[in-house]
Amino acid sequence: MDESAILSSALILGGTGLTFAILIAVAHRKLRVWEDPRIDQIVAMLPGANCGACGSAGCRNFAERLLKADAKPVGCTVMNPDGVKSVASFLGVDAGTAVKRVARLLCAGGSDVATKKAEYHGHRTCVAAASVSTGGKGCSWGCIGLADCARACSFGAITMGPTGLPVVDPAKCTACNDCVVVCPKDLFQILPVTRRLLVQCKSALEGDSAQAVCKVACTACGKCVQDAKPGLISIANGLAVVDPAQSALEEPAATGRCPTGAIVWCEWAQFAPKAAAKSAVRETVNT
Amino acid sequence: MSFLATFRHGVHPPEHKELTSALTTRRMPFPAEVVLPVRQHAGKPAKVVVKKGDHVERGDIVAVADGFVSAPVHASVTGEVSSIEWWPHPDGSSAPAVRIAVSPHSAQIARERTVPDWRGLEPAQIVQAVQDAGVVGLGGAAFPTHVKLAPPKGTKVDTILLNGCECEPYLTTDHRVMVEQADRVIHGLRIMMRCTGAPRAVIGIEMNKPDAIEAIRRVLPKDLNVEVLPLRVKYPQGAEKMLVESVLGLEVPSGKLPISVGALVQNVASAATIAEVFETGLPLIERIVTVTGLGIRKPANLIVPVGTLLRDLLAACGGMTDDAREIVFGGPMMGQAQGNLDVPVTKGTTGVVVLSDAEVAREHVHPCIRCGKCLDACPVFLNPSLLGRYAQRDRWEDMESHHLNDCMLCGACSYVCPSNIPLSQMFGAAKTMLRRTKAADAALAANATATVKS
Repeated sequence: MDESAILSSALILGGTGLTFAILIAVAHRKLRVWEDPRIDQIVAMLPGANCGACGSAGCRNFAERLLKADAKPVGCTVMNPDGVKSVASFLGVDAGTAVKRVARLLCAGGSDVATKKAEYHGHRTCVAAASVSTGGKGCSWGCIGLADCARACSFGAITMGPTGLPVVDPAKCTACNDCVVVCPKDLFQILPVTRRLLVQCKSALEGDSAQAVCKVACTACGKCVQDAKPGLISIANGLAVVDPAQSALEEPAATGRCPTGAIVWCEWAQFAPKAAAKSAVRETVNT
Repeated sequence: MSFLATFRHGVHPPEHKELTSALTTRRMPFPAEVVLPVRQHAGKPAKVVVKKGDHVERGDIVAVADGFVSAPVHASVTGEVSSIEWWPHPDGSSAPAVRIAVSPHSAQIARERTVPDWRGLEPAQIVQAVQDAGVVGLGGAAFPTHVKLAPPKGTKVDTILLNGCECEPYLTTDHRVMVEQADRVIHGLRIMMRCTGAPRAVIGIEMNKPDAIEAIRRVLPKDLNVEVLPLRVKYPQGAEKMLVESVLGLEVPSGKLPISVGALVQNVASAATIAEVFETGLPLIERIVTVTGLGIRKPANLIVPVGTLLRDLLAACGGMTDDAREIVFGGPMMGQAQGNLDVPVTKGTTGVVVLSDAEVAREHVHPCIRCGKCLDACPVFLNPSLLGRYAQRDRWEDMESHHLNDCMLCGACSYVCPSNIPLSQMFGAAKTMLRRTKAADAALAANATATVKS
């Protein structure tokens, strides 16, 4: 009695197992989808950040595009140059060339220069504060300073500066676009580092009304338009606009006579100590 | 009380309407300047048609409607256009606005206008006349009224619901309209019923306004199927979908408008404005604003020219007390806190609540204890507790799949939360973020298709 129960259950279980094993083995042969084994190998070489800075939906999608020669290894902005080279040599293709791009903040209105009209006591995120009088800031275009961008940055490239403005570390920035998406005031722009002339303001106000709310606002006075090479800078919607197609014409001279310091020459990082010193000098001259 | 019609869930915050509910509306003196933003309504902003230096009279058009879901803006004073510039807007941004310096020598009497007899007009002509007069919903959302009067093809208005709930604490604007302009409310309703062909109308009024119920009942017409329905005092009874549930017992499906169950909801003050348009020919250039709260010296119900600056409005009410802490446009539940005294009163400004130190409790935010009070408060049966935890982790898509878009930001969940979590504000932010991430994804997808093609 006992032995037959053991035997029958062993047979039933073993038989079921064997049947399914055969089924799986057949399915594995018949229904197999061939996938390039190199995809997995390339994915292993990629950083795995899935940040989207390359324009693909994640690292795997980028690897597939690399194999289709739809993208160049240098398109991955997160890898260091050695990593790019190793992927290129693995694929036997040219690594490609790319100008480094970084996120630039188009606002310089920190707590030291921008007026504040009210105190904000609600939910401490920029997007929540944006609907409550820009968190009490006088300028409704300016940076709110509650660090939504710093939280969104997957690479730790954004830190909040002493005046409440986010400071981007160009070395760490991969131009992934996350800060651009989260900023409720649309203050971030991804620009090539070769674009040195930056107008750090988005206020549509002009003249005195712009300066009344922020000392470093662009007043649309047009001095930079005259000082730059013809055709480089124009005035539109209360702002100086540098033509991206003419960026070869950029020269530091355009910033020389700016009365507020809204247009700056940026060599590498924004809000570098040098720029701060310059604005200090200007303040002493004015007062 | 409990036998009165109402909806399920909701909250009952202290009403505080006693500050102004018995005060007769009075006209505020004309300010020295008004600022008229082109964006005072839901839909596309109006297009400015005047230029600097133009002389405008009360009721003259300064910006025309841009499309059907848009409304024109009219000069609320006689004066000179001093500039067209960016100006702080009550919603926290800036918007292009027409500044008008009020003429000190003008008597501010609008010129005579010829008024077409509404009885002789086709429904489409009535809709056009209402749009031309710039009438928008005066209950706060400022949705262009004429759009609702022209229901989409294939739908039929069975019942017009006139919204006299005014469930927001402090506000008494609609209350005063019903008490003082009951005739106009009924007349406006009559025009709307004729325009939409609705056979029946119900005026829903919360039980805390017995004088308004009495005033409207006294002028109810014999020839129309109109009744007044007293409702239990509960927030947010004045939300469209809640009112439909309270009065008709029907639930408006998720993502649909009340018209899907044959209902059309209009504010009582909007009805009175429509009546006024066909009475005097004057467009919507002034509205009743309740200025109240313990932070204002002389609370009042004022007839205010649209575009009056907050600064002037507060001065007309004796100014702020020393312990005033927060100024809110609209009621304290859904209203917009203001950080700038230069913002203008717009067509959608139902009230200005100046809260004193005693009324603004600033308490520490604690973690969610999952008590479930917010679930019992939510009038659209969401799970604010879960949504809140998603919001803290920036999980916008998960919030969407838990019906974030059904949330109307009434603030009932924030009100009951014992941990003081600003749930409603987080949901408003989440809605913005959801919109932004979707737009970014769409741009990325479009970019990818472009690269593949090239």
